[in-house]
Amino acid sequence: MSDASINASSIREDEAGFGDYFALLKPRVMSLVVFTALVGLLAAPVTVHPMVGFCAILFIAIGGGASGALNMWWDADIDRVMKRTRGRPIPSGKVEPGEAMALGLALSGMSCIMLALATNVFAGAFLAFTIFFYVVVYTMWLKRLTPQNIVIGGAAGAFPPVIGWIAATGSMAVEPWLMFALTFLWTPPHFWALALFMRSDYDDAGVPMLTVTHGRRATRVHILVYTLLLALFAVGASFSGIGGPVYLAVSLVLNALFIRGAFRIWRRDEATSEADNFAVERSFFKLSLLYLFLHFGAVLAEALLKPYGLGGWG
Amino acid sequence: MSIRATHDLHKRRFGRNLGVGLVLAAFIAIVFGLTIAKVSNGGMTFQPGTEQN
Repeated sequence: MSDASINASSIREDEAGFGDYFALLKPRVMSLVVFTALVGLLAAPVTVHPMVGFCAILFIAIGGGASGALNMWWDADIDRVMKRTRGRPIPSGKVEPGEAMALGLALSGMSCIMLALATNVFAGAFLAFTIFFYVVVYTMWLKRLTPQNIVIGGAAGAFPPVIGWIAATGSMAVEPWLMFALTFLWTPPHFWALALFMRSDYDDAGVPMLTVTHGRRATRVHILVYTLLLALFAVGASFSGIGGPVYLAVSLVLNALFIRGAFRIWRRDEATSEADNFAVERSFFKLSLLYLFLHFGAVLAEALLKPYGLGGWG
Repeated sequence: MSIRATHDLHKRRFGRNLGVGLVLAAFIAIVFGLTIAKVSNGGMTFQPGTEQN
């Protein structure tokens, strides 16, 4: 087709580039999925061929990205309202919602089948369940229904280490579920801190976040309570199959800092927070990212030290 | 809107096509690499008595 045959009126100046389609896969969330799945895979007590391990992580990441695209397709209406998500490919008009859905469905199917072929059917099926949980249970059902959306939806983001473990072993064990619980308990304080400093975003979009339904004071209390529960679990896990001296040291320091941050958030009122543009809430949010990364790093360190007789307690 | 020979649209479409091409090439390389890994690792060997003719 020559340029002369192009109908100029049908051409959009802001047509999507390759990067816009990649942005549908939520690359930042994907990095968390990759890292936690990798720890689950490497912490398993079996050796995995490097190429098989690479493929397993790649297809888990693509599955995570596919659920991100389906989430953006379904949530395009609220993404348009929220400042944080207004620039995403669909609300900005670069990608059509139908394109995002097609990409999400195609990559979901491809990633599950390829993971099953590369590792085992159990892992492929569990990845399919995770995508279903995130897209249908969280995005379509709970997100707009209950202020506990983040708590239950957090499970979807916590599954990758379990999938990584199953990909390596083909079976279930307690250890990956301890990693699951760590991410599961970490998600609420992480997101509620974000909801505090994004202020009216969720309110405008009509998403029943805790800040909207129960107020900002209740959210601060919830952050403190969930942080204490998380700290109890995280430090307690030091004495389980995924823990050891390295994990214990890392966990003690991080949880002390995390509890301190949650306590400071709990003590503050809205006037104080607004005066410094939510500095404490923002730093707690940043710390939460480091918190999860270093905890999983410590789990990985314990697993990698085991062959040398150093990891764990025995 | 006039379409020039080197319109920004062409660059964007070229980038998109190149991206899809590279992704497909990478996918082929991955499937090939995975097959080699499975064959050399014994992951695709047949059980005795089930060998194919």
